[in-house]
Amino acid sequence: MTVVKETVGIRQSGIGVSAVRPDAQEKVKGDFIFSSDLSSEGMLWGQTLRSPHASAKILSIDISDALSISGVHAVLTADDVPGENIFGLERADQPVLADDFIRYAGEPVAIVAADHPEVARKAADAIRVEYEIFSPLIDSYAAITAEAIHPEGNVIRHLNILHGDTEVVGDVVVEGEYEVGMQDQAFMGTESGMAIPSPDGGIDLQISTQWLHSDQEQVATALNIPMEMVRVTLAGVGGAFGGREDVSMHVHLCMLALHTGKPVKMIYDRNESFLGHVHRHPARIWYRHHASSEGRLVKVEAKVILDGGAYASTTSAVLANACCFSIGPYSVPNASVEGWGVRTNNPPCGAMRGFGNVQTCFGVEAQMDKLAKELSLDPVEFRLANALKSGDTIITGQKITGTAPVREVLMSLANHPLPEPPSDNILERPGGTGRTTDGSHVKRGVGFAASIKNLMFSEGFDDFSEARCIVNDGFIAIQTACVEVGQGFVTLVHQIVQEILGIEKVDILPADTSIGSAGSTSASRQSWMSGGAVMKACEAVVDSLISDLSNEQGITFERIGTVLVAPDGSASIPVTDALQGRNYDETVVHRHAPTVPLDKNGQGDAHVSFAFAAHRAVVDVDEELGLVRVVEIATSQDVGRVLNPIQARGQIEGGITQGLGLAILEEIVLVDGKIQNANFTDYLLPTAMDTPTIEIAALIEEPEPNAPFGAKGIGEPPVISSTPAVVAAIRDATGLDLNRVPIRPEDIALG
Amino acid sequence: MDKDKRSTGYSLSVNDTSHEISKSWLGESLLYVLREKLGLYGSKNACEQGECGSCSVLMDGVLVCSCLVLAANATGRDIKTIESISDDDSLTDVQKAFVDAGAIQCGFCTPGLLITIHDFLETNPEPNVLEIREAISGNLCRCTGYGRIVEAVQIVSKQKSVGQGGSDDSS
Repeated sequence: MTVVKETVGIRQSGIGVSAVRPDAQEKVKGDFIFSSDLSSEGMLWGQTLRSPHASAKILSIDISDALSISGVHAVLTADDVPGENIFGLERADQPVLADDFIRYAGEPVAIVAADHPEVARKAADAIRVEYEIFSPLIDSYAAITAEAIHPEGNVIRHLNILHGDTEVVGDVVVEGEYEVGMQDQAFMGTESGMAIPSPDGGIDLQISTQWLHSDQEQVATALNIPMEMVRVTLAGVGGAFGGREDVSMHVHLCMLALHTGKPVKMIYDRNESFLGHVHRHPARIWYRHHASSEGRLVKVEAKVILDGGAYASTTSAVLANACCFSIGPYSVPNASVEGWGVRTNNPPCGAMRGFGNVQTCFGVEAQMDKLAKELSLDPVEFRLANALKSGDTIITGQKITGTAPVREVLMSLANHPLPEPPSDNILERPGGTGRTTDGSHVKRGVGFAASIKNLMFSEGFDDFSEARCIVNDGFIAIQTACVEVGQGFVTLVHQIVQEILGIEKVDILPADTSIGSAGSTSASRQSWMSGGAVMKACEAVVDSLISDLSNEQGITFERIGTVLVAPDGSASIPVTDALQGRNYDETVVHRHAPTVPLDKNGQGDAHVSFAFAAHRAVVDVDEELGLVRVVEIATSQDVGRVLNPIQARGQIEGGITQGLGLAILEEIVLVDGKIQNANFTDYLLPTAMDTPTIEIAALIEEPEPNAPFGAKGIGEPPVISSTPAVVAAIRDATGLDLNRVPIRPEDIALG
Repeated sequence: MDKDKRSTGYSLSVNDTSHEISKSWLGESLLYVLREKLGLYGSKNACEQGECGSCSVLMDGVLVCSCLVLAANATGRDIKTIESISDDDSLTDVQKAFVDAGAIQCGFCTPGLLITIHDFLETNPEPNVLEIREAISGNLCRCTGYGRIVEAVQIVSKQKSVGQGGSDDSS
């Protein structure tokens, strides 16, 4: 049999090339339509009235003044919710509009539609709400035993992980307490969308989101209409990072549109965006690490409290991640981990890139440095000696059957050259263009950290994605409900079609609910899940083509690359040529291997696959002023296979920058449950001046078994260990403990 | 809102076209008028506080945040938006470099950055990395970490340098 090999040489298309985003041209010209750019003839503008109090009882709502304003078409409250006044991502526990109690400052109370956004704002201001105000529950530790603030109680989840001998004691023991502040996703495009009523009594919702079908189900329940009458279409998304996984304005828009019979558009301003989506869970973490005198980890004890805020969102899953991976990417025979995800009257928290792993990684990596110091070992050597590898068992009793190149990640990073010593350029000192530092108190520090992230949904969730491949006489279209948030899935679709079918021009149909769910664009899962579904849909087309050719010609071809070859090598034809004049329409569903829930001791094969990363930060710190300049962050990452080098670099650079933000800049400041800095003047995002050169020391390509193209998700690992690496570098420069992020100048200058 | 205030009109010159703005209301920003009255949605509304640069436009050739400019104050000024920087089928060198360098993810900050960078390269055609970072530090991007954006500017700078017979070293 003759094997036709693919063309040797530099590949121009398919998997592994730096293909250009198909939406790039529209985006540079300002033509790409984001959800905030939607417009419709005769549309109204929606506005939300939110509670200024964190804990209160609604005594009365008077909408008469608001309704009397010229141009106001609707003012709706909880009484107007057509179906169940409750929604939620993992469990329905949150009112669409508050009907009795207020549980966080910013909770929606009433909604308005008017012919002008300014009129809508004035009408919302004219609604009179009488509250009985209570003292808010804001302490996550106290919340465990405090009087319940919600009918479902304050403890959303209590999780124990008991592994091995929990009584054993190590030769060397170190303890530490750590805190992580509340980080915001701070996507650039605020929540926005449009709902258009349809003649059949249904609704068309165009919205920026992460998960169309979850939205559809929650909206239909609240509107009390059949699912199929809620048609959700993805509108252009200006970033997400977890903050669009929950429903925000969705039901409100639909209620206003159905009530008025007109299209209704809504855009949250930046202040409302901070109130309108979940944040990263603040965490309080206690650790006690045990090691042998030879430097092997013996046991890890940990207690983790995550502040879920007023409603559950994804707190249960975030807590599971925080606890399951609380030991980091290391082999530990014994562990005792206890976690609580609790309700408070703080703003609700849920998904954000890194999803639980971020919080405990900050603590555990500090512990690893403490242990290394106590043992007089080099921090990298100590990590290498305890690094997980394929075949090892993690503390949930699950054996790692896929790849786990932790040693390779750590070693390639440690071998990467360090940057040049500090320069004399004043702009390159801490404080930058502020020119505040005279240089006499500047010290350089270097810090390492490593991380583990589970890929896809865990704990028995039926995780799947559906894709459709339509071939019409050489033209090809792909449909999924996979949400493009900027990560580049649309580019990958083109690359997969090129790889399997050899067709360069692909139409990507709009992502909507007319096809089955693709699941959420989260958990580093879409390349594997929806990428896998697209791959299988293309393969299904090839299978049908081969079957037709077999019937017509009596030859059962097989596909090698993008060419069909007869078994005896007597004939071959490119797939593209064979498809000419033919029509196919194949829809497939792709699932990953099943997982199981954790048992009462936190044991079970709850996760699908694991990705590893390490970061090395170099910082210059002015100890007197408390200013930090991150000089460089270098990284190595376990990626399975690089699908698109330039997009991979983009994910890594962007993720690391968000990790840097959590380390030294970003925190939602709360006083009595109320956000004090819901704007970009006071919530500090890294600018180009705060962001260092990012060096990729190595991308470790060990193909992951069962993963489409061998690729692991790459979106989340960059954000996880970059934070502790920056903090370790600041500790190295200053000698301070620094057990809380973000680090403030006063933590250093007054530390 | 009083009806008479709504009926007050004024004219704006945007991308070399004169527009009569009617049904205006006190305090409407240039950004709002560009987007919702003229349908020029390329200028973006990310913070509406002058912090993020997503709404950047040129007013009489000066880089401004259109969210901070009262639309009525822009009467008689020459406004240029992202929609004007290249023709229908073409891209500027900076736009092309953004596409090739992978400087775009969600793309929400992209139009503002492009206006800023075009303006910057007019005054400093061969900047070093620190100057590039300083020049774009008024534009927030949450997706990219700025690395590919800086790279894109360097690509253009090198092209300009080579095109003018300058050295190949732009750093």
